[in-house]
Amino acid sequence: MKELDVRGMICPKPVIETKKALEKSDKLLVLLDDQVAKDNVMKLAKKLNCQVTLLEDGNEYQLTIKKTDMVVEKQDESGGKVYFISTDTLGKGEEELGYALMKGFVSTLLEINPLPAKIIFINSGVKIPTLNQQAQEHLQQLVEQGVEVVSCGACLNYYGLTEKLEVGSITNMYEIVESLNTGEVVSL
Amino acid sequence: MKDKIKLTEYSKTSGCAAKMSPQALSRVLHQVDFKSGDERLLVGLDKSDDAIAYQFSDDKILIQSVDFFTPIVDDPYLFGQIAATNALSDIYAMGGRPLLAMNVVGFRTCLGEKVLAEILQGGADKVAEAGAIIAGGHTIQDDEPKYGLSVTGVIEEGKLLTNSEAQAGDFLILTKPLGMGVVATAIKGGLITNIKDHPAVKAMRTLNNKAVAPMQKIGVNACTDVTGFGLLGHLWEMAKGSDVEIEIFSSELPIFADALEYAEMGMIPEGAYSNKKHLEDKVTFIGEIKQNIVDILFDPQTSGGLLISVAGDKVADLLIELYALGIDDATVIGRVRGHGAKIKVSY
Repeated sequence: MKELDVRGMICPKPVIETKKALEKSDKLLVLLDDQVAKDNVMKLAKKLNCQVTLLEDGNEYQLTIKKTDMVVEKQDESGGKVYFISTDTLGKGEEELGYALMKGFVSTLLEINPLPAKIIFINSGVKIPTLNQQAQEHLQQLVEQGVEVVSCGACLNYYGLTEKLEVGSITNMYEIVESLNTGEVVSL
Repeated sequence: MKDKIKLTEYSKTSGCAAKMSPQALSRVLHQVDFKSGDERLLVGLDKSDDAIAYQFSDDKILIQSVDFFTPIVDDPYLFGQIAATNALSDIYAMGGRPLLAMNVVGFRTCLGEKVLAEILQGGADKVAEAGAIIAGGHTIQDDEPKYGLSVTGVIEEGKLLTNSEAQAGDFLILTKPLGMGVVATAIKGGLITNIKDHPAVKAMRTLNNKAVAPMQKIGVNACTDVTGFGLLGHLWEMAKGSDVEIEIFSSELPIFADALEYAEMGMIPEGAYSNKKHLEDKVTFIGEIKQNIVDILFDPQTSGGLLISVAGDKVADLLIELYALGIDDATVIGRVRGHGAKIKVSY
């Protein structure tokens, strides 16, 4: 990801520099050290329909700004929900049954209207896009229909599954929290 | 060829956005004993008004004000005009006419004498237009350029307009559009190319002198000019000073056409954020008011319009007179509702 350091710059320079950088790249990490500049850059990102995540440490701010493509915008309009999946089996009980139920659940997501806006896999949930072959196929179809499928990078790492991720992309906690904060969330 | 000097690059904040925050200033002023117990001082520090007023003879009141700031545009002549127009405005806001002015200058010598001469020429031309005289001044070496005026004006007994006499039932008229701070920030950001002809720059260079005669003829209850504290900041001073509740109709506000767009883009000066911080608990927003309009309400204005509080049976006459004099932007933006210092912003 391209990094833009606007620390020490006087307003409105941070906004102007961010605007210029976003003309060239779709995803940007902006480093700031001024609250006003941070608020103004966030306004710009919102105006440009970008997704923003903020990491704050005292007077230091890191903004991850991501251009949202047309597909995601369409989903936002149709009111798709964010699915937060933190387990590889569905429901409480026998693991085998839970595993099968999860497969069924993911395949059923293809049938609902509106489609989910986003599916987030976290903790043992990351085993679904990596190990559950049938679910992987369904997830791939969802991705093709514009659903954003993301897995927690730290979780993939923990289970040693990073290399096995077949579908969707890797995300971090800031993006996850931001998604939960902005969308209507279904938690499993 | 040598690159043209960009004056705004030498300043962190610009125009009236460079004002010290109202909270900080008020904290400092409370620590100082000004020993100002003279009954001839009609308007002093305690009033948060535009200028001081001093009864120096039975039929005449002296008005005195000082205002200076850092460059808001790169063109030195335009900067001089805007700074002088802004400084003269305090006299008009009190209902008076300026007599004498003195230059207040901070200048970085390396910028060249020609630049300073152009700034002063801009100021001199505006002072002349106002019918006053530049009688002197004071210039110091300063890395961050600054310019403004100390202005002395006069007004006849009984004609003094303060910001603390608004009455329940009054209508509020604003004579220039809002959004100057946002536009100035966009100028600084290089988003506006034809600076000289931008409506906000034209408005900043337009003296508030013409509105004085109709205000005096028709009779108004209160007046102030809208500058660094933003519309809501100056409304608050009026509401507090007059102990009245003010309602602002946000959909009626005159705003420079592109300022709303720039506000959405984040071209918000730091002063808007400090104004907001200072005023947040004093203002109630009713219903859904768009964020960019809220930002404009807190936006620090430079050489802004006059904010006039006038009785309901006089408002139409005043508007007709203002329009006849070419003050086309004059708009009714709100009403004085009742007692108890408060501001409401409605749709």
